[in-house]
Amino acid sequence: MQLIPPLLTRPLGVVPLVVIERICRLMFKRIGTAHPGLFERLGEHKAKRYAFLPTDVPLAFVVEPASETIFVSRKTAELAADAVTEAPLFMLLALMEGRCDADALFFSRDLSVTGDMEAMLAMRNALDASTIDLSKDLARLAGPFAPLAGRVIGEIRNRALGGEATAWN
Amino acid sequence: MELICPAGTPAAFHEAVDAGADAVYCGFRDETNARNFPGLNFSREELKQAIAYARKKGCETFVALNTFMRAGAEDIWYRGAADAIACGADALILADFGLMAHVAEKYPEQRLHVSVQASASNPDAINFLVDTFNAKRVVLPRTLTIADIARIGKSIRCEMEVFVFGGLCVMAEGRCSLSSYATGKSPNMNGVCSPASHVRYRKDGRDLVSELGAFTINRFPEGEAAGYPTLCKGRFDIADSSGYAFEDPVSLDVMGELEALKAAGVSALKIEGRQRGKAYVAEVVKVMKAAVNSPPEQRGALLSRLRSMSEGQKTTSGAYEKRWR
Repeated sequence: MQLIPPLLTRPLGVVPLVVIERICRLMFKRIGTAHPGLFERLGEHKAKRYAFLPTDVPLAFVVEPASETIFVSRKTAELAADAVTEAPLFMLLALMEGRCDADALFFSRDLSVTGDMEAMLAMRNALDASTIDLSKDLARLAGPFAPLAGRVIGEIRNRALGGEATAWN
Repeated sequence: MELICPAGTPAAFHEAVDAGADAVYCGFRDETNARNFPGLNFSREELKQAIAYARKKGCETFVALNTFMRAGAEDIWYRGAADAIACGADALILADFGLMAHVAEKYPEQRLHVSVQASASNPDAINFLVDTFNAKRVVLPRTLTIADIARIGKSIRCEMEVFVFGGLCVMAEGRCSLSSYATGKSPNMNGVCSPASHVRYRKDGRDLVSELGAFTINRFPEGEAAGYPTLCKGRFDIADSSGYAFEDPVSLDVMGELEALKAAGVSALKIEGRQRGKAYVAEVVKVMKAAVNSPPEQRGALLSRLRSMSEGQKTTSGAYEKRWR
């Protein structure tokens, strides 16, 4: 699986956080609209905070399902989360789409989970039960250019995953 | 031989059906189900839709109600059985004799399978369940050798289903109290073995340490494949040695013994893994289907693809080819 080259992640260190967060919230909202029952399976764990730390990007993402919000911070900032998952960015995105098996990645030590395991397990199962497809869900943000955007996102995904995690139908 | 495939979510269910499962087994989102993990399993409506989808594609659905009823709360299990039957389940997989009796009496036409959780592992026990509750199939525990299975097959009056791939429980299922001892919760009564609520993983230097309740289960040095935090696969210090007392963190794979299982009279091959993601289900079912339909000499190459997805990234034939250490 491809890592994000440092050349591409370095600018993230200088782009204002508020800009990154706004873009992320736009995408997060788009996914929520496309999958309205996404967090139903969390049950009592809906009130918790879930951190996702891409190992190849200097940012941390915290998802708060109860308020349907995503927060972005620099990795240097203190993190307030109940459970934390760390993996390369493309792997985290593949997990979001259910294209990889989280247990297998955990066994191979490509992914690590700390904190409230029950909450993170519920989140994994909720995401896996959904039919998120970023190339379709996010492409709609491009309005009339949605078909083109979908193809571009799909191509980036295929290259990033290297054909190793595109199993589901 | 039939291929019986797992599904923990409707998405995984669709994957299993599309990948060629002959039957998919699943359960409700409650304590009636021995895979009662957070975020997993089916609502009544989801089960109904899944069964309809499977039926259109010629695939059967087995519903697991395979925990033991709590005294005074039997109605939860009775309702589970009634709802699964109303949804159109082709078979119920049951462990509790009381629930078997209830189903046999109230729904005599309903096909009943004996869950591995019932721990029926000899001809007398199995034939008792066949004669008393009209059980049509028994899922055998993973503690028997193939020779044991062949001997049992000659003496029983129902079909045999055996686990051939996936998580390896090395204990007498339905009787094991290790999880209960460590956490107060068990697959038998609560539907969870080593529940995530009691699991912690922490980094200690470069090591990954797994803990279950008050017990340290394992310490994985950097680069070593990790496993689930179950006591039966923990690393123990015994006298002067340190190692795996019961079993390594490893998964089951006995597809290399398919011909022997067939000769032993096995009629259905079960894949473990309702707690796994849809990508795992899709890949494993696809490969297993191809393996079942391939000549023996081609199976090894096909199945080697699955090793990286297995616990500890290793597989074993376990008790099926018992070799004592």
